[in-house]
Amino acid sequence: MTLDPLILSRLQFVWVIGWHILLPAFTIGLASFIAAMEGAHIVTGREVLFRISSFWIKIFSIAFGMGVVSGVVMPFQLGTNWSRYSAATANILAPLFAYEGIVAFFLEAAFLGVLLFGRKLVPRWAHFVAALMVALGTLFSAFWILSANSWMQTPQGYKIVDGNFVAVDWFAVVFNPSFPYRFAHMVCASYITTGFVVLSVGAWLIRKGRFAEEGRLMFSITLWLLLLLVPLQIFLGDQHGLNTLEYQPAKLAAIEGDFKTESPTPLNLFAIPDQNTATDRFDVAIPRLGSIILMHSWTGTVKGLDQFPRQDWPTVIFPFFAFRIMVGVGFLMLTLVIWGNWMRRGDRLFRNPRLLRPFEFAAPLGFIAVIAGWVTTETGRQPWTVYGLLRTVDSVSPSLTGWDVLVSLLCYIVAYAVIFPSGWIVMSRIVRRGPEVVVAEDAEVESGRAGHPITELSASRSEDATQ
Amino acid sequence: MTTLTLGLDFVLIWTIILGVGVFFYVLLDGFDLGVGILFGLAPDTASRNLAMNSIAPIWDGNETWLVLGSMGLLAAFPIAFAIIMPAVYFPILIMLLSLIFRGVAFEFRYRDSEHRTLWDHGFNYGSVLATFAQGIVLGAFVQGFRTDGNVFTGSSLDCFTPFSVLVGVCLVFGYSLLGAGWLVLKTEGKMQSWARAMGRWAFIGVCGAILVVSIWTSIAFPDIGSRWFSWPGIALLTPIPVVTVVVAWLEWRSLNRTDSEAGPFIGGVALFALSYLGLGISLFPYVVPHRLTLWQAGSDPSAQVFLLIGTLFLLPVILMYTGWSYWVFRGKVRADAGYH
Repeated sequence: MTLDPLILSRLQFVWVIGWHILLPAFTIGLASFIAAMEGAHIVTGREVLFRISSFWIKIFSIAFGMGVVSGVVMPFQLGTNWSRYSAATANILAPLFAYEGIVAFFLEAAFLGVLLFGRKLVPRWAHFVAALMVALGTLFSAFWILSANSWMQTPQGYKIVDGNFVAVDWFAVVFNPSFPYRFAHMVCASYITTGFVVLSVGAWLIRKGRFAEEGRLMFSITLWLLLLLVPLQIFLGDQHGLNTLEYQPAKLAAIEGDFKTESPTPLNLFAIPDQNTATDRFDVAIPRLGSIILMHSWTGTVKGLDQFPRQDWPTVIFPFFAFRIMVGVGFLMLTLVIWGNWMRRGDRLFRNPRLLRPFEFAAPLGFIAVIAGWVTTETGRQPWTVYGLLRTVDSVSPSLTGWDVLVSLLCYIVAYAVIFPSGWIVMSRIVRRGPEVVVAEDAEVESGRAGHPITELSASRSEDATQ
Repeated sequence: MTTLTLGLDFVLIWTIILGVGVFFYVLLDGFDLGVGILFGLAPDTASRNLAMNSIAPIWDGNETWLVLGSMGLLAAFPIAFAIIMPAVYFPILIMLLSLIFRGVAFEFRYRDSEHRTLWDHGFNYGSVLATFAQGIVLGAFVQGFRTDGNVFTGSSLDCFTPFSVLVGVCLVFGYSLLGAGWLVLKTEGKMQSWARAMGRWAFIGVCGAILVVSIWTSIAFPDIGSRWFSWPGIALLTPIPVVTVVVAWLEWRSLNRTDSEAGPFIGGVALFALSYLGLGISLFPYVVPHRLTLWQAGSDPSAQVFLLIGTLFLLPVILMYTGWSYWVFRGKVRADAGYH
């Protein structure tokens, strides 16, 4: 049996980044939510906001910690498994990655400690500032990493010297054509992902009748917010799609399952794309709708894959199905949010807890859509790492053997199979306990725990800090 | 950009920034990995809780320097990054997996108390193995790599040699010394005396390590040996081993005194700084030892300048707010006052 280090390295990357992305997708939104609750608490003085914030900070600390440790893995993947990609793109991408570190990671890390453990050590406004800084840090982080990712999708502002990319215009590099769309789409996705988790927890708390006040406030705020965000996200997704049509037409053809160029172009709702014969089997298509959606015209022509050399085709089945899952989940979210806001009139939703059930099950929706979206955009980029310029097959580290990568892949599989379910169990345990107020005197000593170092410092210290 | 580069050697500037960055990482994550190593030897649950509490608010920031170090290396010396990383494939894997287990243990050991033993072991072994793996990387780095042009051509197992394993063991002692110094600083009473005792053991290991590695390096790598032992190097460099001996004596003294709170930590830092300086002198001007110099592996000036501008603005700000977060958590950690 021959083991291909390329395929295995790709699988390994999929595995480690797939798990990792779930955490930023959640923490970007949650950091902003916590900052908003902390801010609102200072302004209004309502204690319920404080309890909600403290509750979500506990969950945040788990998710963020897991995001950090699974994130540290990522830059090293580029070096160990993708050294030729690293060498070729370093002059452009490495400064963007490094900026993510110095702009975002340090900000998050420094203020996270205060956010989690410093509630009684600093004045209330400083704790709010810490929450705000962590939220800002997550957004800065998204900015730089998505800029780098977008440059790989739609490279510009570079020249090629001895086979390596060199920047000629940094503004063009950072603000490359797909970046504004991807950034807006991803940040909105994170807010929505968090929104559905908060909504779900809120619905559960209301139905259980424990902490109903907290549950109701969480639920209500989030449901309003999602009524704004979900349609916005659909609009942003459409705009992003048009950008893909312009800059990555082969990816778009794969997403649409258009092997042949047709004029006017139909829209394939469903099909089983067959890469070998370049045909769609069992396809259900609506005539002209492709032209209308993508060209915004009655007769426009969308390029099919037949316009591109065969060796430049992505594997159609991945972006094709992933895209349909993402869009399907998106419209499911829209339905749920509109229905929820309709049903809340006259408090019908809160009086009949059975109606809350669908919202309880909605927690994973955002995560599914995020993963599906990333599969769409990343598999659609294939067979390139830098679109149209550097092939994936030319990016892998030449020294690696199949066995090397098999061993490391198995190790990552085992490690993540322990860590991620554990994290999930721990977080659901916090949710089950609800936004209770912990009385410091009764608390078990928490090793490095939020809130608890309250009791680990002398009274004089906390007085110093608040003076 | 070209006009900006006139008269400034950006490679040298980046060498200094990266050198300082890596040293910061070694110090900061060094002491919290060291606390993790000593954690396994702690006499009881209360002292384990205390040890963990002392680093819980800051470990994440400390680990950030690792990301910055790797990205800084990629940004400033991409060829070196592309050669070194695949060459140390398995030590990096071990390090990352260990850091994962030790990182999640901070939260999980409390929240998932029925598996506390598992997470405690994860924290302890994770810290030991991550440190050991970093030592292997360092040892392999000093040894050098088989290359053809700008590509690593050796095997992924080349990095495991008696020398690199020795360096791995040495680093475990080194980080333990920093960890012990940190615990002396942050605790009091019985816990502090225990930390001092641990520090003394680690110190003996560190002294042995510095001695053996120095001798081994100068014999095994004649180019490094001749730098230290031939004229005029021997005259210029003699102060370094002399100062090291003096610092070692001071460190031993402060580990044995009961009134020295910060001494053991500062002494440990000084020993690391001297070893690091010695390493730098041995390897300069190579970024891939024996193969590529800093200037041969440097990235394009456009990248170096672009990143430098932001770094010069942001680094002071980073140091300021990081300093503030350390200040918030200043003083001794206590076990819970209401715990009993």
